[in-house]
Amino acid sequence: MKLDVGYILIKDIVFAEKSEIKDGILRLNAKELETLVLEDERFLAVSFDIARPGESVRITPVKDVIEPRAKVEGQGDIFPGVISKVDVVGSGKTHVLRGAAVVTVGKVVGFQEGIIDMTGLGAEYTPFSKTTNLVADFTPRDGLTPHDYEAALRFAGLKLAYALGRLGVNISPDESKVYEFPSLMEGIKLYPDLPRVGYVQMLQSQGLLHDTYVYGVDMKQSLTTMLSPTEIMDGAIISGNCVSACDKNTTYHHQNNPVIEDLFAEHGKTLNFAAMVITNENVYLADKIRSSDWTAKLVDHLDLDGVIISQEGFGNPDTDLIMNCKKVEATGTKTVIITNEYAGRDGTSQSLADADPSADALVTGGNSNQVVTLPKLDRVIGTLDYTEKIAGGFAGNVGSDGSITVEIQAITGSTNELGFNYMSAR
Amino acid sequence: MPKYKVVHYINQFYAGIGGEEKADYKPEIRDGAVGPGTAFASAFGDEAEIIKTIVCGDSYFNENLSEATKTLVDMVRGLDADVFIAGPAFNAGRYGVACATICSAVSDELGIPVLTGMFPENPGAEMFLDRLYIIETGANAAGMRNAVPKMAALALKLASGAPIGASIEEGYLPGGARVNFFEKERGSKRAVDMLLKKMAGKPFVTEYPMPDFDRVPPNPAVADISKATVALVTSGGIVPKGNPDRIESSSASKYGEYDITGVLDLTAETYETAHGGYDPIYANQDADRVLPVDVLREFEKEGKIGKLYNKFYTTVGNGTSTKSSKLFAQEFSKKLKENNVQAVILTST
Repeated sequence: MKLDVGYILIKDIVFAEKSEIKDGILRLNAKELETLVLEDERFLAVSFDIARPGESVRITPVKDVIEPRAKVEGQGDIFPGVISKVDVVGSGKTHVLRGAAVVTVGKVVGFQEGIIDMTGLGAEYTPFSKTTNLVADFTPRDGLTPHDYEAALRFAGLKLAYALGRLGVNISPDESKVYEFPSLMEGIKLYPDLPRVGYVQMLQSQGLLHDTYVYGVDMKQSLTTMLSPTEIMDGAIISGNCVSACDKNTTYHHQNNPVIEDLFAEHGKTLNFAAMVITNENVYLADKIRSSDWTAKLVDHLDLDGVIISQEGFGNPDTDLIMNCKKVEATGTKTVIITNEYAGRDGTSQSLADADPSADALVTGGNSNQVVTLPKLDRVIGTLDYTEKIAGGFAGNVGSDGSITVEIQAITGSTNELGFNYMSAR
Repeated sequence: MPKYKVVHYINQFYAGIGGEEKADYKPEIRDGAVGPGTAFASAFGDEAEIIKTIVCGDSYFNENLSEATKTLVDMVRGLDADVFIAGPAFNAGRYGVACATICSAVSDELGIPVLTGMFPENPGAEMFLDRLYIIETGANAAGMRNAVPKMAALALKLASGAPIGASIEEGYLPGGARVNFFEKERGSKRAVDMLLKKMAGKPFVTEYPMPDFDRVPPNPAVADISKATVALVTSGGIVPKGNPDRIESSSASKYGEYDITGVLDLTAETYETAHGGYDPIYANQDADRVLPVDVLREFEKEGKIGKLYNKFYTTVGNGTSTKSSKLFAQEFSKKLKENNVQAVILTST
């Protein structure tokens, strides 16, 4: 599969009469967007706001972050099986509004949404302090269950990102990049001397608001399978998660999966990016055993020399991570795993909930229990009502000066396990 | 700004007293910098000053461990030092053990920040790795030139109370607390680079060496459960409604002990979960789903178990470090044993 990705650099987002992209400025008619998302009767109201890098703004409770993209040429459309009809994506041409993001805000569970600070210490820990964000804060109808609210928020965010992406269809991109993913045989012929490398992506699928969807399918109902990494760039994988903010893979993370990008960067030079496997992180032991068996079986069948395995979440999924690693290593394929740590606030605890000697090559996104004090910011989009209850918060963590003390666990994307960030730990 | 005051510990050899034949040299205190202390003094410049140097023979220290430690701590006491430095000891085993032991004692008893330096294989390093900042050095005194600037830089940070970076940044041996820092490459790139090395059979360094995992074998089955007192313990966060002890939704700093005398059923009005890692709806509707008090009351009535212990212990497993979990369990296990509880049903989520 071959995908040409064109990046339209978005310098700012402003509200305007007419929705369009002009000179790198994304101009949006908020009324139109409101009409679009309030089609869903589950919402009472929505308010839109814009948060720019460097502004004294705190966004919380954050549910998802999504990058606006549009399919310009080729089969299928963005977010197949969810927003657009089911069809194979990942080839042709896609436009990206680079530098812009849709951030959905709303209290689904209270514990499991995150914080994005656009300036100060908190901004250093989240990648979304560097994007210009259209923030959509939703008010649900009375009595809406958290499950319905989550689904409604998920769809609304995707619809907004889709609509914004469409504004870029006729804009000529500032930069472009071609990602070519050859078939197995082509790859072997093209790069006979390079090690054949795969990427095993573990998708959060513990259920009960811990869900990831692939072409609209709830991943916990799927066996381990394969796809082309370019499909993911077109929104084949979306987040439906309410897990700790630090290691939730937002839809934005999926669209911009850094392991895929960095494997493509070496593809044809030092390695042959030969396969992408996706597997789940279910809660039942039988599922864990079956899925990790299938991971190892696929990797073995594909005769890969090495794989990178990335995780989502912590604790329970640590067991899936270690099972995958152990079983893949047992087939003779080398592994590197990407995870993060819960080493306690003082950093002296064992970091993972499971371990095995075969996991001898590990990349860490850092200790999520590290405590930080975030200064009071001028403006809050959303509400600070859940600051104590949020995963990573604690009783009495709001200072008299308006500062909040939290574990970085509460910051969206802070210890991401796709290797999205620069943070590590020793 | 006044200079930070440094007290430096060295052995008889580095003090110029003598080698093995003088290793029984008794502790003494001298003014100013001695031996390697002069290199530290120049590295400190105007920022810090070695006010005293304490010298002790390696054999004397190791053969009179507790007495020598006490004498040395007393020598440091009252000097109003901002930081205490020992060594570097390189790969000298007895010197390394002395440096680490005295550092540990000064830190514990006087609350003064301490650091030392040694070769990773020095037994002193292995013994004190998790407790001390030990700057990694070469195996012998040829490593002095590299060791001094790193030790001096870390000493100044410790003296000023500045935050200490990760081992890889500061140059101390890893093995103690995990510290976050920002790398030059993002994680995915580091993973690709590590995999290329691993596949090529080249050396690579994992960012987290696997710990010795604490696996607990299950106890033998309870001989007669119909006579046993059974307790409920959960990491699923079930608490009386309102979470009276405010157990955190993640990374719990405490556990709760709650009395269930006379409680036959947990209801939505009386109990809930504090756990932030799973969808709380079903647990909040009926907390028995996580902490099965209702079923155990039935079993109690039917004589299937002896009785249900009148207290349950609960915490939130979500993001809680294994170290904290272990501490909680050690504490309440003792209480369970004291109260003759013979079996525990441990529920998670």
